[in-house]
Amino acid sequence: MADLTSTFVGIKSPNPFWLASAPPTDKEYNVRRAFEAGWGGVVWKTLGEDGPPVVNVNGPRYGAIFGPDRRLIGLNNIELITDRPLQQNLREIKAVKRDYPDRAVVVSLMVPCEEHAWKAILPVVEETGADGIELNFGCPHGMAERGMGSAVGQVPEYIEMVTRWCKQNTRMPVIVKLTPNITDIRKPAEAARRGGADAVSLINTINSITSVDLDNFAPEPTIDGWGAHGGYCGPAVKPIALNMVAEIARNPETADLPISGIGGVTTWRDAAEFMALGAGNVQVCTAAMTYGFKVVQEMISGLSEYMDEKGIASTAEIVGRAVPNVKDWQDLNLNYITKAKIDQDLCIKCGRCFAACEDTSHQAITMSDDRVFEVQNNECVACNLCVNVCPVEGCISMEALAPGEIDERTGETVSGEYGNWTTHPNNPGGTMCNVMPEE
Amino acid sequence: MPNDMQTSGIRDHRLAPGDYAENFSDLHPPMDDHEALVAADRCYFCHDAPCMEACPTTIDIPLFIREISTGMATAAAKTIFAQNIMGGMCARVCPTETLCEEVCVRETAEHEPVQIGRLQRYATDALMAKGEHPFSRAADTGKKVAVVGAGPAGMSAAHRLAMHGHSVTVFDARSKAGGLNEYGIAAYKSPDNFAQAEVDWLLKIGGIEVKHDSPIGGDMTLDSLKREYDAVFLAIGLRGVNALRTEGEDLENVRDAVDFIAELRQAKDLSSIPVGRNVIVIGGGMTAVDAAVQSKLLGAEHVTMVYRRGKERMSASEFEQELATSKGVQIIYGAAPLRVIGDKAVEAVEFAYTREENGALVTTGETFTLPADQVFKAIGQTLEGAPAGLEIEGGKIKVTGSGRTSDPKVWAGGDCATGGDDLTVTAVAEGRDAAEDINTKLGG
Repeated sequence: MADLTSTFVGIKSPNPFWLASAPPTDKEYNVRRAFEAGWGGVVWKTLGEDGPPVVNVNGPRYGAIFGPDRRLIGLNNIELITDRPLQQNLREIKAVKRDYPDRAVVVSLMVPCEEHAWKAILPVVEETGADGIELNFGCPHGMAERGMGSAVGQVPEYIEMVTRWCKQNTRMPVIVKLTPNITDIRKPAEAARRGGADAVSLINTINSITSVDLDNFAPEPTIDGWGAHGGYCGPAVKPIALNMVAEIARNPETADLPISGIGGVTTWRDAAEFMALGAGNVQVCTAAMTYGFKVVQEMISGLSEYMDEKGIASTAEIVGRAVPNVKDWQDLNLNYITKAKIDQDLCIKCGRCFAACEDTSHQAITMSDDRVFEVQNNECVACNLCVNVCPVEGCISMEALAPGEIDERTGETVSGEYGNWTTHPNNPGGTMCNVMPEE
Repeated sequence: MPNDMQTSGIRDHRLAPGDYAENFSDLHPPMDDHEALVAADRCYFCHDAPCMEACPTTIDIPLFIREISTGMATAAAKTIFAQNIMGGMCARVCPTETLCEEVCVRETAEHEPVQIGRLQRYATDALMAKGEHPFSRAADTGKKVAVVGAGPAGMSAAHRLAMHGHSVTVFDARSKAGGLNEYGIAAYKSPDNFAQAEVDWLLKIGGIEVKHDSPIGGDMTLDSLKREYDAVFLAIGLRGVNALRTEGEDLENVRDAVDFIAELRQAKDLSSIPVGRNVIVIGGGMTAVDAAVQSKLLGAEHVTMVYRRGKERMSASEFEQELATSKGVQIIYGAAPLRVIGDKAVEAVEFAYTREENGALVTTGETFTLPADQVFKAIGQTLEGAPAGLEIEGGKIKVTGSGRTSDPKVWAGGDCATGGDDLTVTAVAEGRDAAEDINTKLGG
């Protein structure tokens, strides 16, 4: 079995799978169960300042969208930060950390955007023995209306300011959790770095309304006939999160800033993908909320098998390996030509590739009377839609033409040479920026 | 001493009272909402779907399943009924394993097709439970059409003709409408009097009058109908039954399986139906299976189906054969009856083993004898009482195109006519298509 131990901003854990700050990490009871199940660490659900705790709605807190067989693929929540007394949370954090010294215990924090508020809470958290703090600049609902959460995360100057306060007032590593509800994720990450953050974690949840009750014309989740936008998470947000992680990882300003990847991580594969795009570890919530804490066992065994198969000795070797391959569109090789190929032995003859290509793409698949579907290379632009709609994995693949072969669609010979838009004759400015991307 | 399975002779009340309801309960019980959603999710919404092609009535199966999956079972039902007004009965009796489900791409992919038949039942039940009829009649055309036979073909034609605004009179020889749906299908395929409920629901279209106990051939002839009506659709089924043509066939307790099935379907109390201890069913079709299985369900100790040819030639589907054997019926393939043995009533049947040589069936010379106190003959039905003057081909009324007979004013469909398998769903399709053709001919 591969060595899955992970060190993230100096915090050690037996594996890179942490539970994100969320309902599963709100109480000692849950966190103990999580550690017994095998989770490498937790980010304790966000603590607020001392005093009367926040209150939650007493109607539904969650809404969901489903895939086939009612498989939950997107979850929305309007729950706020912890609604339990600060002292109780601190006592429980201390007890858990004492009993599980090998696991990471990071505490999520959200207090008003005033230095004294942060100065007040940092020492009491430090006293628990927690390994680090995560600044919740991400929650998009409720707390944002009070000037916290994503209201801070959407203003880079505030991120920098609060991060700096924290770094000045604690010895604990500071992880800044970013909201995706902005236009350019690089800006808040840069601000966190300027403020001295040890790492960023992303993404927090995305503003969302999951559905509308068509009997009462109310958004879901519905509280007494009304609804408010909530935070969206789960497998459906993973592609958005992957891109944001990659944007930070490949931005020269933040390239060496550690990232904790969050957003729809459900399997070992999702975790490995986040790590390949630059995440040092991952945080999980929806998968645990959907299936229980036991899912981590598949993540552990799957990642271990993968690493063994690939000869990867440590998780650190995965981190960032795909980052050099993330480019701008203009850098992509226009001379790389592929064609769809249908494996007739695997084809079950559903005809979805035909419908997709014929109705919405390039009329590059033909259908015979006896339901044989064939790609017409002279029409195929290699869009990949047939691959995406085919229900049988591996039945349709995209095969690259070798140099010297002729692309039947254009009649041109495949050159085998790299050529992108910047050098393309159709580009009005092409001759002016004839530059190869850096390798 | 009360009767039980070992009591010799033909006896009623062989089982405990509660056993009958259990034995004759729904073969394919209805799906609840959850089951239907899970099952519907498996449909791939195929392009030009093979299932749709395989359905004799060409129901848009991917569309109706998609409508179920979005929570609109009633919309799904309308999609079904638009093509097949007896979609409710077909959902119960169709041999889906040799039609839509056989060609389902998930059968190819996983050897487990989408449960199209049960989903169709889910949808049609949902709409019928509301008591609503989804179609309305066009303005009265003033044209009159006679339909002879109130089975699936006849009722399907009547409905479509009424929808187009024609006035339809349906004549049926029996006291209830429904034809084989009412009299000829195993009870466990259509429990809770569904056949009559379906007829009542279908008639809500309006413009259809059903005349019971009105066989063609007596006072009412094809000529009289042609005089009185603008068009005639014949759907008289196959009322004759083939004889064994063997010695001893006339002994007591040797009877036609169709009569037994009809009697069973009309019985108010199944425990009152007498059945033998040792039952032999001769034949290899659906009627043979229905008779054999129901004999077993009534408490016969030994039920043996004997078919003269091999398993692969049997017209009852693989599913039906497995159903029979799972209920305890023994199936003997490749044996033909030589003689029925008995004094006054049947006591045994002697069979000869057979084999096929160059397509011809020959006996091998080896014989065996099975004890029997009841024998059901199920070796096929024949056209009987067809009106004179119509061209006959292969023992059926010859039709071309959409049920056109040799008489320009007369159409025919269902089992009595050439073309298509003798299935409920095929009859429904033929009735519908003939009705459309009649409508066109009448200037609709």
